[in-house]
Amino acid sequence: MEEFITTKDIHLYYGEKEALKGINLSFPAKGINALIGPSGCGKSTYLRTLNRMNDLIPSVTMTGSIMINGQDIYSPKMDTVDLRKKVGMVFQQPNPFPFSIYENVTYGLRIAGIKDKQLLDERVEQSLKQAAVWDEVKDDLHKSALSLSGGQQQRVCIARVLAVQPDVILLDEPTSALDPVSSGLIEDMLLTIRDNYTIIIVTHNLQQASRISDRTAFFLNGELIEEGKTKSVFLNPKRQETDDYISGRFG
Amino acid sequence: MKTKLQNNVAITVIRVIAALVVLILAFLLGDILISGIPHISWHFLTAASQSFTSGGGIGVQLFNSIYLLILTLIISFPISLGAGIFLSEYAPKNIFTATVRMAIEVLSSLPSVVVGLFGFLLFVVQMDMGFSILSGAIALTFFNLPLLTRNIEESLRAVPDLQREAGLSLGLSKWKTVTKIILPEALPGIVTGVVLGAGRVFGEAAALIYTAGQSATNINFGNWNPFNSTSPLNLMRPAETLAVHIWKINSEGVMPDAAAVSAGSSAVLIIAVLIFNFSARVIGNQLYRKLTATK
Repeated sequence: MEEFITTKDIHLYYGEKEALKGINLSFPAKGINALIGPSGCGKSTYLRTLNRMNDLIPSVTMTGSIMINGQDIYSPKMDTVDLRKKVGMVFQQPNPFPFSIYENVTYGLRIAGIKDKQLLDERVEQSLKQAAVWDEVKDDLHKSALSLSGGQQQRVCIARVLAVQPDVILLDEPTSALDPVSSGLIEDMLLTIRDNYTIIIVTHNLQQASRISDRTAFFLNGELIEEGKTKSVFLNPKRQETDDYISGRFG
Repeated sequence: MKTKLQNNVAITVIRVIAALVVLILAFLLGDILISGIPHISWHFLTAASQSFTSGGGIGVQLFNSIYLLILTLIISFPISLGAGIFLSEYAPKNIFTATVRMAIEVLSSLPSVVVGLFGFLLFVVQMDMGFSILSGAIALTFFNLPLLTRNIEESLRAVPDLQREAGLSLGLSKWKTVTKIILPEALPGIVTGVVLGAGRVFGEAAALIYTAGQSATNINFGNWNPFNSTSPLNLMRPAETLAVHIWKINSEGVMPDAAAVSAGSSAVLIIAVLIFNFSARVIGNQLYRKLTATK
């Protein structure tokens, strides 16, 4: 496996509390990777180290190294603004900006200084199509993104990330606040873009992880218990804890 | 049965109290408007005031009030915007921030007459600015700054953190996230606060008596050169405002129609403040709809 993202010995503390206890985990370029585990196991915290969103929390301290595409993202030379353009993120709650759909999708681009109207239009159409929401919103791109349903909002948020063409997309339980139909649309959509992006998704939904992911990592109490091809993790787990979790004996 | 009775009693008491508040307000407004509106005429609104004869107007005072308000906002808005953004988005939790917050709280609880006397000693006397619009505007800034800063900070804080994360995770710098996402989202609240604050500043008298002065010098509305002493725009001329005028007429007015002028001025002042309050709502809602593309 050629490693696109390599994390070595990640320890992360919220104040005194150790939330990640030495995580060694790698992801290949392209494809879908699922992070599973019970609440509070550190999977979301781990996800947020990959685009340095934890930097925003003052009490957090972290040790270890994270390389993305050969770059140490925690080196002092790394610009978090550049990093986050390469590593996009979708959150649990849909969080569109309270502007129009069109403005939501073009925001990242326009802030980056792209003014060419034609390019922006193209990118909007392409991103909304990739995010499988184009047909539902194409008639009125200038209405408020807040007027959409939760599922549509979440797909617009995904389109907003796709528009800046990142290498990596982090999704933090992107469907847990949505109805099953919307969740299904987002799963299908992720499957269609898996060949172009390195996707890392945190999910509480084990069926979702087994349906869409190529690789799965199981976290428990801040430790990485098991990691491997999704099929082998689900069908032949090596560790007892994994077996207990995926067969529903706890969590 | 007992809980139901308690419930009904409580609701009735609360309703009576609410009705009482509305009644008092209605009585006050009604009294001022009914006794004042008959005296309002175009002549009254535009003519210069008279000290000893009847038939004077409030033209100069009205202009002074508006001009002073605009100046105050020009000075205080940028400062409180910066302070509000700092406190809401950047301020770390340390002694310095706590001190700034404390200072703002103390400043906002200062009686306005103290602010006025302070302005008198520092600007009028010490810095030799005399009774002038500029002294008044700076004193009013002291008065307005804490309220405005609070309002801006709270409007910014009311924007959910999810929006900050969305901006940052999209590769926006912190500054761009604040100015391009958080600030526009908070704008309706900020504008509402500014306009409400404007209403308070417009009706302020105590802070101005010793700073902007109590005399309405004759100004020439044909002369807009700000460096000329009779120009309406001149910053260094003394400028009695509407609220100060009302206070002065009632304490030492000797014109024969003092009561009428006072009643008319009060009505104009109240109407202006009401306009501020209503437009604050309208503008806030309109802005919100425009920014969020809600139809």
